[in-house]
Amino acid sequence: MSTPLKTKIQVPRSRDLEVDGVKYNRAGSSRSRFEMFAWLFMRMSGIVLIVLVFGHLFVNLMVGEGVHAVDFGFVGGKWANPFWQVWDLVMLWLAMLHGTNGIRVIIDDYAARNTTRFWLKVLLFVASAFVILLGTMVIFTFEPCPAGADPSLLASFCSAH
Amino acid sequence: MANSTSGTLYRGQYGMWSWVAHRITGVAIFFFLLVHVLDTALVRVSPEAYNAVIATYKNPIMGLGEAGLVGAIVYHAFNGLRIILIDFWKGGTKHQKGLLWGVIALWVIVMIPFLVRHLSVVFGG
Repeated sequence: MSTPLKTKIQVPRSRDLEVDGVKYNRAGSSRSRFEMFAWLFMRMSGIVLIVLVFGHLFVNLMVGEGVHAVDFGFVGGKWANPFWQVWDLVMLWLAMLHGTNGIRVIIDDYAARNTTRFWLKVLLFVASAFVILLGTMVIFTFEPCPAGADPSLLASFCSAH
Repeated sequence: MANSTSGTLYRGQYGMWSWVAHRITGVAIFFFLLVHVLDTALVRVSPEAYNAVIATYKNPIMGLGEAGLVGAIVYHAFNGLRIILIDFWKGGTKHQKGLLWGVIALWVIVMIPFLVRHLSVVFGG
């Protein structure tokens, strides 16, 4: 996981992009492919997240009674619709992966010692995996009309049961 | 030539501060997201447990916190688009400062109606 910063002396190549004695070769080893993918993922997921998060904020905070409308019955009403289940699932995964990669880059930037970087990333990846799996489990196993619950706290369609 | 007193085109100027703000808002949003998934997970515990915790989101102090969170999200979103334009649009680097003013203008345009609506919901009872 830790990569010591060492000067790597490379064999000159005919396609070297060299400006003032400094090489600006973008594709070197296979090691850089992950960073390229992560860079692209941040931009692609960012565009999708703007739509998903702005839609989420508009529906939950702006429409109707705003934040006062949010309760167990509200969530039950939303997740009864597969459209909002898929919306929230995609938003959860993209936002968590986008945020986890962002924090990974920040750890790489500011944690100077190899062991510090390693353990901060272990903590980050464990916490992220836990939250992603918990959120996914909640969306798919949610019971909007639990047996024995106070009917006044549930979505209106529960009273038909 | 750049030196430590005059700085560079980047250091200490629009490019740097927009980047600092992007990092700070990103970290803040990430930690809120962790908490938000955990509080939403309470729907698997009981309606009462979920409603009790969500009720705290409805008090005026948390309402102000939500306004700050949305302000951070809107900045991060529009500045993210600016970064994409700098990376992919031919004129992006040349116009990065103008794009930042665009980000700030869009932020104001979105935040004014949001704050009017959200704060009247939070403080209007």
